[in-house]
Amino acid sequence: MKVEAPPRLELVGVSKSFPGVRANDNVNLKVRPGEVHALLGENGAGKSTLVKMIYGILAPDEGQMLFDGAPMRVHNPRAARRLGIGMVFQHFSLFEALTVLENIALGLDARLSQRELLAEFHKVLDAYQLKLDPRRVVSTLSVGERQRIEIVRALLLNPRLLIMDEPTSVLTPQEVEQLFETLRRLAASGCSILYISHKLHEIVALCDTATILRGGKVVGAADPKRETSRSMAEMMIGGNLKEITKPAARAFGPPKLETQGLSLPKPTEFGVALRDVALCVRAGEIFGVAGVAGNGQNELLAALSGEALATGAEAVILSGEPVGRLSVTERRNLGLCAVPEERHGHAAVSEFSLTDNAALTGRDRMEFVSFGLIDPSKATSYAAEVIGAFTVKATGPGALAGSLSGGNLQKFIMGREILQRPEALVVCQPTWGVDAGAAAAIHQAIVDLAARGSAVLVISQDLDELLTLCDTLAVINLGRLSGPMKVGEASIEEIGLLMGGVHGDPSGTTEMTEHLHAHPA
Amino acid sequence: MRIRLEKRLTPSRIMQVATPIASVLLTMLLGAVIFELIGFDGPDAIWQTFITPIVAPYKWVDVLTKAAPLIIIAQGLSLGNQAKIWNIGAEGQYVIGALAGAGAAFAMPADAPSFIAIPAMIVAGILGGMAWAAIPALLKTRLRVSEVLSTLMFVYIAMQVLNYLIGGPWKDPNGHNFPQTPPFSPTQTLPHVIPGTVIPPGFVIAGVLTLLFWLLTARSVYGFSVRTVGAAPSAARYGGFDASRTVWSTLMISGGMAGLAGILEAMSQLGQINLGFPSGYGFTAIIVSFLGRLHPIGVFLAGLILAVTYVGGQVAQTAVHVPEATAGIFQATMLFFILASDILVRYRLRIVRDPRRTAPVGVPA
Repeated sequence: MKVEAPPRLELVGVSKSFPGVRANDNVNLKVRPGEVHALLGENGAGKSTLVKMIYGILAPDEGQMLFDGAPMRVHNPRAARRLGIGMVFQHFSLFEALTVLENIALGLDARLSQRELLAEFHKVLDAYQLKLDPRRVVSTLSVGERQRIEIVRALLLNPRLLIMDEPTSVLTPQEVEQLFETLRRLAASGCSILYISHKLHEIVALCDTATILRGGKVVGAADPKRETSRSMAEMMIGGNLKEITKPAARAFGPPKLETQGLSLPKPTEFGVALRDVALCVRAGEIFGVAGVAGNGQNELLAALSGEALATGAEAVILSGEPVGRLSVTERRNLGLCAVPEERHGHAAVSEFSLTDNAALTGRDRMEFVSFGLIDPSKATSYAAEVIGAFTVKATGPGALAGSLSGGNLQKFIMGREILQRPEALVVCQPTWGVDAGAAAAIHQAIVDLAARGSAVLVISQDLDELLTLCDTLAVINLGRLSGPMKVGEASIEEIGLLMGGVHGDPSGTTEMTEHLHAHPA
Repeated sequence: MRIRLEKRLTPSRIMQVATPIASVLLTMLLGAVIFELIGFDGPDAIWQTFITPIVAPYKWVDVLTKAAPLIIIAQGLSLGNQAKIWNIGAEGQYVIGALAGAGAAFAMPADAPSFIAIPAMIVAGILGGMAWAAIPALLKTRLRVSEVLSTLMFVYIAMQVLNYLIGGPWKDPNGHNFPQTPPFSPTQTLPHVIPGTVIPPGFVIAGVLTLLFWLLTARSVYGFSVRTVGAAPSAARYGGFDASRTVWSTLMISGGMAGLAGILEAMSQLGQINLGFPSGYGFTAIIVSFLGRLHPIGVFLAGLILAVTYVGGQVAQTAVHVPEATAGIFQATMLFFILASDILVRYRLRIVRDPRRTAPVGVPA
């Protein structure tokens, strides 16, 4: 180890507070040149706050930051980029209607001519063996390709420190492998990488060092090559991991939730059309729908919940009854409940109390209403029941939904639906952005619901989640659903290829390009 | 030292009540200063505008008469505003409502008994206001035309309809060629005030409606659906509430309330419809709605305050010789303050010292 070289990045006693929460508390961190350094922690542990300070989006309240041994002052991201710090965000900032090259030009501080930019662009692609067509319109690209734009944008600055915020959450297993190849090559060239994740096997595969954050504090450092996933997970959550208990041998009952030839046009220009979706979930079965974000998951949920009506009643069948043309409320009254992906503003109203949020979906099934008036005491006691049964951390039924942490709000939403004893429950991304404790509780609740004879459809981008939870699995890609596979019999490679669909491999990409360029942008 | 806005964890209930009151007080303070600076007796102008109508019993009828249409219209508008559906055209619905009620009066025999004539005119008034609001509702739900523009533009069309009718087909043959309708018959009118009291009939209706709207917004599934559509449209759809039905219903209710206010004003105060009929209640009711924080009880109180400024503006004109526009200026200032102070409900002001980084003493971990 070269002792004389100063760390690329060093944080000394960095703290940052927001109203009501100390997001970072006296954080010390050292990243050496050319090192892939993992920043590990649950959602809400303070990882994002920390890297936002390094990238100049937030200013620390206390503490010092050193870059190559010299104190750094970054008042904004532009200053950070000038120092050689690049960042690839979890959520991309791309214009859907513009081309790859136009998007890159818009994100650069330097003004380059188109020809210079194109030359630089190809230089980066060659150096890191990346594939990306500069003339493609972003809306035609897969998520992995979109992420590549952000990476190329960062690489054009010749960064000496690259921050990657949860980069794999939207990628197929094959795309993750490609990304890791790029990052290893980058690290070999001397660039340090600060890699934020909560996925342990990725950190084992990629990183040299890991710093673990919990509740805003550094709780430990680890060598991922020597630790086990389990020991790091326990450091991360600060306790023992709870295994979900699943009844071993289960017989499934009759079909409860079925779709046949369910097709729907795109809801918006950049939405996804559902094409001939057929599935069948039996009583007691947990059916998983895997897929990369933006392949029709939200559209499928809307078509099942009733937010979007099918063209024919027979397209969606609940307990043998055609419900495809019934409204949300009618389906709910028949026992079809749903939990959409987005918690704030879709599954719950942030500025409403938990009582009001209980009434949002529970008012009819739980009989809060008489003569068109809502009985507030019934709504309040139902909200309290959900809070109690699902150990939601909240000040009470009067607490605003927006004041709860992601995990607690998700537990409340899941509890609100599960305590309505649905015949069939459809959930999208049940543990997205939820801490491990809450995720385990939600998984257990799903398993218990199925054990009581309900049909459960889980739509998720987290393959690990689906593999531990589900009995049956299908993959959605470009609005088409694959045939069902028994979990345990399907191989990860096969699922990954299905997830990538036509746009996973380079040959397929051209195929899709031609398909989409039937109407050139 | 500097002042920093910091987001509150939950919106402040105290500020929700305090900011409208502060807005009224600040309006009085600012008004006094401005009128003093331009050469009037500022404090006296404020006294005459804001206090005289309250302390002088002979002004009470005037205040309650003006408050009635403001409250009735603003209750309807507040419901729509909760769903973030902005009906700016209550003035037009008010005019068309009055015209529809008048049309019903002219269509029936002049000696039709009151118990038929008055309900018939009121129903026609409500339907007239609804019909006028139905056009923007149709445009919004079918063609996604912003109701902010269409409702406002329909005010000006309503004015032309009024001018045409009272100058043409409905012109009073005995009216010395003035553009006005014939007077309603005695069975087609309501008294100025309920005999033996200072309370106009419209104010009683405003009071009853306030309670109904309170029940509707605070307790009913419908009121809940309106709030949900306003707060989170996707959550509303997920909860089983239909957005375009909400557009229709809120515009129908606010249009109907404006129409009701219009025909009540025509049949209890003027006894006919003339060129001076559009008096700006439909626009002032927008201020009432926001000053009352869209809450039925708040709207009721805010309607009284705005009515005071109408009456007081006239008092101040004769007593302090301030210009006619005074009341309008105060009303606009109040709206400005209430909108500006809105931020205090969600944010708190904090005085902070300059953030000083702690001295970097090199103690690496």
